Amino acid sequence: MSAPTEQAGSVPMVHAKGVRKHYGRLEVLRGIDLTVRRGSVCCLLGPSGSGKSTFLRCINHLERVDGGRLTVDGELVGYRRHGGKLHELREREVAERRRDIGMVFQRFNLFPHMTALENVIEAPVRVAGVARAHAREEARQLLERVGLADRAGHYPSQLSGGQQQRVAIARALAMKPKLMLFDEPTSALDPELVGDVLDVMRQLADDGMTMVVVTHEIGFAREVGDTAVFMDEGVIVEAGDPRQVLVDPEQERTRAFLSKVL
Amino acid sequence: MVELKTPRDTAAPAHGHAADDLVVVPVRHHGRWVAAAAAFTALAGLLGSLARNDNLRWDIVGEYLFADLVFDGLFTTLWLTAAAMVLGLALGTLIAVMRLSPSPVLHGLATLFVWIFRGTPLLVQIIFWGYAAALYKYVMIGIPFTDITFFRAETNSLLTPAVAALLALGLNEAAYASEIVRAGIQSVDTGQAEAAHSLGMRPALTMRRIVLPQAMRVIIPPMGNETINMLKMTALVSVISAHDLMSNIQDVYAQNYQVIPMLVVASLWYLALVTLLGIPQAWLERRYGRGTSRAQHVSPLRRLLGGVARTTRRGSRVMNKEAGR
Ligand SMILES: Nc1ncnc2c1ncn2[C@@H]1O[C@H](COP(=O)(O)OP(=O)(O)OP(=O)(O)O)[C@@H](O)[C@H]1O
Ligand SMILES: [Mg+2]
Repeated sequence: MSAPTEQAGSVPMVHAKGVRKHYGRLEVLRGIDLTVRRGSVCCLLGPSGSGKSTFLRCINHLERVDGGRLTVDGELVGYRRHGGKLHELREREVAERRRDIGMVFQRFNLFPHMTALENVIEAPVRVAGVARAHAREEARQLLERVGLADRAGHYPSQLSGGQQQRVAIARALAMKPKLMLFDEPTSALDPELVGDVLDVMRQLADDGMTMVVVTHEIGFAREVGDTAVFMDEGVIVEAGDPRQVLVDPEQERTRAFLSKVL
Repeated sequence: MVELKTPRDTAAPAHGHAADDLVVVPVRHHGRWVAAAAAFTALAGLLGSLARNDNLRWDIVGEYLFADLVFDGLFTTLWLTAAAMVLGLALGTLIAVMRLSPSPVLHGLATLFVWIFRGTPLLVQIIFWGYAAALYKYVMIGIPFTDITFFRAETNSLLTPAVAALLALGLNEAAYASEIVRAGIQSVDTGQAEAAHSLGMRPALTMRRIVLPQAMRVIIPPMGNETINMLKMTALVSVISAHDLMSNIQDVYAQNYQVIPMLVVASLWYLALVTLLGIPQAWLERRYGRGTSRAQHVSPLRRLLGGVARTTRRGSRVMNKEAGR
């Protein structure tokens, strides 16, 4: 279990206030208020279509926020404060901010034309300008950390789903992010492969990484999560200590959802 | 990796008992051999009758097959094809990216380009570039509606027949290539670009390093078609007196009236070129096919040899072993 390493007075890693998002006339996020402290693990749960992925994608600006305020490490997502005004970020600045936020996808999204090692070194070499030899060395260590030291030369198609997802985690970590986003990282995996991926994530949490995890793994949320957040229809229904929210929820909607997934 | 396995290796060990004394009998393709023999006989008969047909005038074919005139034409055809394809693919990729861009200006310009160059006959485009000097005597670069010019030259000196031919073929090709590239880009899962963006890669880098290499798999086969087409379309440039292989052949038979033998000469050369083109295409397909399947690619030749090995080594079979895992 990770003890939140928050210093007094430091800004939260993620802070959302009244965040809204709509696609056309469909309101997907209807005022999300959420704080994720440094070094803590926040687990998002909720039925399909409740807006969990959308909120996660707003955090690294893969989706544009339509209303409210969303900050990451004190900086407003998608904007730069200058002379008392907010300036929308340029392409280059958006990309720069994303470097600090790692993301892991449900369907892995490894680059199929590159080996595991090439996947991991791509961004450090091309984006951060790390020397190739150094990047390879670090990539090997990362692959070892996720238990795949012997798979460095394999293409994604030659790896199992669980192995691919662990490579994807290593790839995200290669940019040394201060925040990691996971969107249902184990949903596409065979049950016997889920454990390997969760172990890596647990290890990461123990090392003090700030994480926002969309998951249906109640056990993981209960053991590793510092907060559990239950979302439905674009709002947060209930949030708090996972041992409270996931064991003895106050809201009827949470109760009904949990009885379905458990 | 293809490995020949002896019966002992392959005989289903899954059942866990008595596997050692079972012999695997592969499927025998008797029908294939009968069909192959029949096809071979028919082909031999056809070739024999062609060879013995005096009306084909093989002596003339032989006389012109390696004539200087033919080589000159061949050279023009080759460089024109290569240059037009390079221009077409480079410009086509740019147009494809513009068409997919969120900017309405870029999208509009690209759409207009494709509409014009795909919508008008190639022959018209060739003639237009060839006789552009009749429309515009000078080429000027400056600020419109003012007297300021940065560059000025006579159209005739810039648009030689060769340049006009290259422009006509290259721009026309760009319009077609752009649609092929666009289809290729759209065939790549959007999750790929998202993953790249989440790593801090900018759109241009994402396109170059992540999307286009994956799109190549879809782009190469139709571009191979385009190249073969181009090889033969270069014949159209004869109308602006650029001398490709076909134009030179036509010049010859216009004088000696040996139409069929001269066309045989042309066809033999085109066939040879198309055959040679298959080599870089196969190489490119292998290069950009990396990592796409669990089993590594086996060329048809290897498969055929594997098949022979299979029939010669009784009771054994070829296993296509999964790499890795
Ligand atoms: N690009 C889009 N255009 C239009 N609607 C969208 C788009 N992306 C998501 N939506 C809609 O937004 C809603 C929320 O989607 P989201 O993916 O955030 O849900 P989720 O909670 O992650 O669900 P799941 O558990 O199934 O992943 C859904 O109704 C979805 O149909
Ligand atoms: Mg989702």
